[in-house]
Amino acid sequence: MSAAIEQPGFDIARIRADFPILSQSVHGRKLVFLDSGASAQKPRAVIHAMVRSMETRYANVHRGLHWLSERASDDYEAARDKVASFLNAAREEIVFVRNATEGINLVAATFGRSALRPGDAVVVSEMEHHANLVPWQMLRESHGIELRIVKITDSGELDFADLERQFADGRVRLLAITHMSNVLGTYTPVERLAAFAHERGARLLLDGAQAVVHRAVDVRAIDADFYVFSGHKLYGPSGIGVLFGKRELLDAMPPFLGGGDMIRSVSYEKSTWAEPPYRFEAGTPAIVEAVGLAAAIDYVNAIGFPAIAAHERALTDHALATLDAIGGVNVVGRAQDRGGVVAFTMDGVHAHDVATLLDKQGIAVRAGHHCAEPLTRRLGLDSTARATFGVYTTMEEIDALAAGLRRVQQVFGG
Amino acid sequence: MSGAADIGDLYQRLIMERARAPLHAGRPERFDAEAEGDNPMCGDRVHLRLSCAAGAIGEVWHETRGCAICIASADLMADAVAGRPRAAAEEMAGAFEAMVASGAVPDRAEFSALRALSGVHEYRSRHRCATLPWQALRAALTKTMETGHGG
Repeated sequence: MSAAIEQPGFDIARIRADFPILSQSVHGRKLVFLDSGASAQKPRAVIHAMVRSMETRYANVHRGLHWLSERASDDYEAARDKVASFLNAAREEIVFVRNATEGINLVAATFGRSALRPGDAVVVSEMEHHANLVPWQMLRESHGIELRIVKITDSGELDFADLERQFADGRVRLLAITHMSNVLGTYTPVERLAAFAHERGARLLLDGAQAVVHRAVDVRAIDADFYVFSGHKLYGPSGIGVLFGKRELLDAMPPFLGGGDMIRSVSYEKSTWAEPPYRFEAGTPAIVEAVGLAAAIDYVNAIGFPAIAAHERALTDHALATLDAIGGVNVVGRAQDRGGVVAFTMDGVHAHDVATLLDKQGIAVRAGHHCAEPLTRRLGLDSTARATFGVYTTMEEIDALAAGLRRVQQVFGG
Repeated sequence: MSGAADIGDLYQRLIMERARAPLHAGRPERFDAEAEGDNPMCGDRVHLRLSCAAGAIGEVWHETRGCAICIASADLMADAVAGRPRAAAEEMAGAFEAMVASGAVPDRAEFSALRALSGVHEYRSRHRCATLPWQALRAALTKTMETGHGG
């Protein structure tokens, strides 16, 4: 079965051996980790890079005149270069933040308050993570913008007819939308969205928290204005994330947080701001985590996105076919272009009971509304269980999930 | 059935019966107090309604949207507190929460059915599913005090 997914350079056994945690047992069973969409496991290369940083090259960055501080600064800035090349951006356009959530909050608090005026509209979709909804609600409360929600179709794709309607009055200044739904697995047509927004005088922010793990992202080719992602879903550490912003936009934005490192000069009367990206990086940044993120990018680049995408395509196809074959299991989301995020319900069994009974079999899935409560309600559901795939996920693990679900049905007398 | 028994220890027969066919689910026409408990982390929601007389609980009805543990817990709670004085019901809520936290079953007759839920102790992420109906009960009892239905 796994023969079908073998790509040149894609050796699943070798990849799994790179992730120490995967050899663990849970409840006496072999761990089947299907929760990478919440946070991915870490390869040894990332762990070692972070340990090496702390053991041999650690000090504060941008400040010290000593050897160690220069090494740490070099590593931190090399991580920025790595991210810039990963997204095909310039290094000045890469702001390190804690996670995708902070990146969106930064844009809402700075671009939102300087470039948007009360009465301007921001459009998000029905399939946003709370991270790309709540910051705009907060901006609505504090700054008087209007927040509009573009509909999705029943198959889980953006409704472009509704998008046209949302933009009809010419007041939309920002389209903030997911690149890949964390519930439906839908990829949004980002190049088309960029052209659509730009033709109508709006900017485009993409929440790439899920997408960046599965596909090569070229912000220039997309023509995105802002792009955010988190390190921890990309096999890197938590506590580090990335905001890409086009240079001219970042230049015009006021600071996010005030403090050290983000200033040019400070006096009691007035302080002036550093150039981007430093303007947006107040205080000591996540130095070791940036090093870990750079190692994670090296790791996925070494496997290669063509191979990663093909692997996950095969896994997703197999998962959809396998789950569809189980009576009473209903996969949510049928977009044409979808990836390795598979949410489902089971007739007569609540998602939490599904997750607990899978956990007892060593299978880790997430259950609930996945930080997308309005979407869950839009689908007419209270909660779903969700299996998400990574580079280390195998066909056999999908089969284990299917077998696990049949046993859940047995427990519930199905 | 091999496999079902060894993974399903939490889901005892009594829990499954009450989850599938709760005896106290629904919305009565007349009631004296009501309260809602919800768990924003998972979306479980319990709406309790109860009748009271002379400082004691009469009957309890629940509308529960949630997992098997939550529904069964609400239903077994409705059995356990019916007819009990308010103070006794509140004391039972504390004893139930302690049972879930510790896994130790109180050695008393009124826990003969509630003990089915003691296994939740092993599942820390599910404790709230079992205790949510009891939190709603506390809230409803507080309201009976405020409105004078507590007697």
